[in-house]
Amino acid sequence: MTVSSPLPHDSGPLHVTGQARYVDDLPLPANTGHLAFGLSTVAHAEITAMDLSAVRAAPGVIAVLTAGDLPFSGDVSPSAHDEPLLAEGVVHYVGQAVFLVVAESHLAARKAAKLGKITYADRPAILTVDDALAARSYFERGPVTWARGDAGAAIDASPLQIKGRLELGGQEHFYLEGQAALAMPGEAGDMHVISSTQHPTEIQHKVAESLGVPMHAVRVECRRMGGGFGGKESQGNALAVACAVAARALGRTCKMRYDRDDDMMITGKRHEFRIDYRAGFDASGRILGVEFTHYTRAGWSMDLTLPVADRAMLHADNAYFIPAMRIESHRLRTNTQSATAFRGFGGPQGMVGIERVMDHIAHHLGLEPLAVRRANFYTPPADTPDQTKGDIVPPQTTHYGQEVRDFILHDLVAQLEESSDYAARKAAVADWNARHPVLKKGIALTPVKFGISFTLTHLNQAGALVHVYQDGSIHLNHGGTEMGQGLFQKVAQVAASEFGVDTAAVRITATDTAKVPNTSATAASSGSDLNGMAVQAACAEIRGRIAGHLAQLHQVAPADVVFAGGRVRAGAADYPFAEVATLAWQARISLSATGFYKTPGLEWDRAAGRGRPFLYFAYGAAVTEVVIDTLTGENRILRTDILHDAGASLNPALDIGQIEGGYVQGAGWLTTEELVWDDKGRLRTHAPSTYKIPATGDRPRIFNVALWQGANREETIYRSKAVGEPPFMLAISALMALSDAVAASGDGSVYPSLDGPATAERVLMAVRRQQVARDV
Amino acid sequence: MTELAFLLNGTPVRLGAVSPVRTLLDFLREDRGLTGTKEGCNEGDCGACTVMVTDAHGTRALNACILFLPQLHGKAVRTVEGISGPGGDLHTVQQAMIDHHGSQCGFCTPGFVVAMAVNHLNGVTDHDTALAGNLCRCTGYAPIIRAATAAESAPVPQWMRDDHRDTLPRTPTSTPPEDADLAFAGIPDAVRPQTGDALAQWYLANPEGRLIAGATDIGLWVTKGLRDLGPVAFIAGIEDLRGVTVTDSGIRIGANTTLAELGPEIAPYHPDFAELIRRYGSAQVRNAATIGGNIANGSPIGDSPPALIALGAMLHLRRGDTRRDILLEDFYLSYGKQDRQPGEFVEAVTIPRQTDRLRCYKLSKRFDQDISAVCGCFSITVDAGTVASARIAFGGMAGTPKRAAAVEAALIGNPWDAETVASALDAYASDFAPLSDMRASAAYRMEAARGMLMRYLLEDLGAQIRVLEVKA
Repeated sequence: MTVSSPLPHDSGPLHVTGQARYVDDLPLPANTGHLAFGLSTVAHAEITAMDLSAVRAAPGVIAVLTAGDLPFSGDVSPSAHDEPLLAEGVVHYVGQAVFLVVAESHLAARKAAKLGKITYADRPAILTVDDALAARSYFERGPVTWARGDAGAAIDASPLQIKGRLELGGQEHFYLEGQAALAMPGEAGDMHVISSTQHPTEIQHKVAESLGVPMHAVRVECRRMGGGFGGKESQGNALAVACAVAARALGRTCKMRYDRDDDMMITGKRHEFRIDYRAGFDASGRILGVEFTHYTRAGWSMDLTLPVADRAMLHADNAYFIPAMRIESHRLRTNTQSATAFRGFGGPQGMVGIERVMDHIAHHLGLEPLAVRRANFYTPPADTPDQTKGDIVPPQTTHYGQEVRDFILHDLVAQLEESSDYAARKAAVADWNARHPVLKKGIALTPVKFGISFTLTHLNQAGALVHVYQDGSIHLNHGGTEMGQGLFQKVAQVAASEFGVDTAAVRITATDTAKVPNTSATAASSGSDLNGMAVQAACAEIRGRIAGHLAQLHQVAPADVVFAGGRVRAGAADYPFAEVATLAWQARISLSATGFYKTPGLEWDRAAGRGRPFLYFAYGAAVTEVVIDTLTGENRILRTDILHDAGASLNPALDIGQIEGGYVQGAGWLTTEELVWDDKGRLRTHAPSTYKIPATGDRPRIFNVALWQGANREETIYRSKAVGEPPFMLAISALMALSDAVAASGDGSVYPSLDGPATAERVLMAVRRQQVARDV
Repeated sequence: MTELAFLLNGTPVRLGAVSPVRTLLDFLREDRGLTGTKEGCNEGDCGACTVMVTDAHGTRALNACILFLPQLHGKAVRTVEGISGPGGDLHTVQQAMIDHHGSQCGFCTPGFVVAMAVNHLNGVTDHDTALAGNLCRCTGYAPIIRAATAAESAPVPQWMRDDHRDTLPRTPTSTPPEDADLAFAGIPDAVRPQTGDALAQWYLANPEGRLIAGATDIGLWVTKGLRDLGPVAFIAGIEDLRGVTVTDSGIRIGANTTLAELGPEIAPYHPDFAELIRRYGSAQVRNAATIGGNIANGSPIGDSPPALIALGAMLHLRRGDTRRDILLEDFYLSYGKQDRQPGEFVEAVTIPRQTDRLRCYKLSKRFDQDISAVCGCFSITVDAGTVASARIAFGGMAGTPKRAAAVEAALIGNPWDAETVASALDAYASDFAPLSDMRASAAYRMEAARGMLMRYLLEDLGAQIRVLEVKA
């Protein structure tokens, strides 16, 4: 049984020796064309003239294309057909692709792309949330509102009220491998694309559209990405389409990879949010009503903003039962990069909103924040309802009407509280702060409840293709993509377990639209849930055929044919698996099968904001301790303790890797990762020299991560839970700990209202607000 | 003429006509098919392209993306493909990375593996500092540091020592080549002077030329600015401009001394300068960057100039056979403009010997490998409770590294206490009018710079004041 074993990443030996191949590492035909975009330098303008003569004349240039040269649709949007590959007369942000250079080398293409002379007639640029509100610049014509009860009335009738505003910055994905794609023209209009993408089917779809061919003429492959994090869900479309169009036009292989600065200028990032809130509560901290207004800066095109903003609304409760709630969501169109998917997909922003409310209420009441959080937790489920008594309490429902049947946070938080020694450390922090006038410590515990499933219900499907060869080796393919998360290894463990063989017998192969069609993006943490089940179904089909044959041969029931330890037993017969494969082949039994899975039980009415969008919730909690310097605002994370729910883990080592990495990435979002645009809409932080993701010294020095021991109550693959996104939000504890430290620099009269990212500058300014209050 | 030659994974490479600014990274990936070395940022900030380079000064990690081929002449390069043994045996750090789940997407991994192998070879175990130049977006670093720690005690594989043996006799330290050998065959517009005299002569004749020591700054002119550099001199091989000499009167630092070399040399005299250097760039950058380059490029931030100015350092300039000495603080005239004549170069900088009172406060968004928003360096002496002297210099507060003359004046002669410091804070406005940019707002720069003076006082009075020293 390889499932639940902490096996290393399948590509580990290739990674450490440099043999793992990424798109840019593949050997190419000698005449390959290399592509680069010429980019808009203004935020919003009409193109009045374009002189590309210097570009065409530059050394090594093979061709230069503009929008008019595209043979069919040049659209690269994943949603609304509002993203021309190359600007069509108007540019909408600084960094938009205006023309495409094909050259003999990557460097020649980059150099030539700088030589375009474009004349613009400026139009008013909408750069900020306030600009967009003033101009009523919306997607979906106006705000979206979901409500349960009359939140306004409930707040007004509450004994106590707070209100406030929270600003949350965006986040650059900073996948270490930049966007890259390669297109090889074939015969009869075929196109073979290799793309660093989380969504090969989307690439196939957009390439087919751009070439005016059916999807069957386009094959897309992806063996691995050097990181994705949501940034390769839709943002790879432009490169793949550009390569395909150029490859078709020139009859040669074309490759494109963005230079890092171009990548950061062109591609979308995490959605920036402003959240206004108002809450009513009682003296114990129990919330009676909450109103949120979400404002998100979505950028120039729709991309995935609608489901992102929806998911922010769906996580506005996090772990708390809120009897009356109203959320108004403004999806604002601005002349900036089009914000896109990023690990958590709006969930983190929505969740920070309610965690801020909890923290604010606790501050207002002078209560321990954990006590306030606990007071508002959903009730635990009655796991074994006693039907005879008739007094079963139905599960509480979320503000969108989904029953919360699997709530484990009461126990999980209690266990973490004990293992992290939270109460004693909280007291120790207070004591330390009393002795240190300049440095202040803070500590906070925050929970996570994250909904698992695509909210666009039809995406919750997956396919797999499994071959068993006559020598017993197994070829595994499914619709999921590998971006580092270890999906391929987890799914291989499922396949190996089904056949009772070692994972070494299972060959993991590149995701390929020619093998498994119509796949969903590897996103929404769904990779192993969906593809694991599809692979299990395919394996079960083949295993059933083999078992049927052996059962007949040895006169046993098919169910009594046992696959384990690399062997197959049927009654007294005991074969190596390889021999069984040979026997089955000789008996003319098909050893190839597809598998399919669709998530059961989902129903979601997006317009009404009602239904069951999620199969289940994944849970976790974290305690973070920090220290700040009240003279400069410098801060760091000292210790983090995490207890996280991955159900019955398919691979505890890979799951812990997701948790550690997700936490640090989340902490980066909330501390040092600051995106800065100037007043012309130019992103000033477009390279790692100015945009600071965590370095090794930024991780918590003491970092205790453990898995919650408990199976998923839903019938997921081996009762495991999705783990890609949920741990990201454990880092909210870092922001709340910083808020706690800031509060320690004052007299308790002013709530810190610390925004994210809590850079040293923001921390110092928050400290100053405390001191002003104290000194008055 | 000399043929550009170096060892690559143990095999000699000889190159004819190449661009003098062809990067090692492009050469490895495009010409040699050695695609294990990755391009993550192409500006020396992510470490995905880390390679191991050995010469007479030892073995160190460098970023291949901002390393020009002529810089490798006479050296040995080892890429991730050469970290495994000749028979394919995994290096101990490679095995540790697998065992400890140190790779996820794998793209940063080759860079980490090379940096870790170099640290392992050199017995370096302060992994958080030594690996600060390698960014990973997947793991959160914990498993990587576990792997590095686990590998510490394993013996160094023999093949990792071969480069040193094979390279040493080739290095031209003892016998500088004749002038005729200063050029590379097939590489026009590039020379490699081996003495200060040869450099002085070439620079006088080519005052528009560019001097390249570590290329950690000029490298970006090429990889990001896509500029042509014109005539260039690769000067890192000039040994008579390299090294630290301590006399009774001063500490003289040759311009070609790398930041990595300077750190441990300066630590006994000015430990806070050494701590500042520890946070300067990354290991890969400090291994290449020189003090001369850091001074002469005239960055308003710089990091070592504020420290050197606070120490009263003297700059030694040379043009042809003419030498002159000026105070470093007088070298910086205005943004982008220094008191340097065409053809004139920095030979060395000298710190007067003094009782150490230097404290350096580097403020940046991220602690490691980040350009300062503000870098404040203070040297204040106190006699019988009264401020006797004060030298305070800041980076990031003006168009140049600049002394805080008004603040100093407000301190000198007054009691060394919080009241004096508080009253001196107003003087900042006379000294500085900082800018707002992507690193910090003007108001924050001013506020933090003021906070640093208070921090100096409190630290002097014995308070625990550094967040980097706090434990949970």
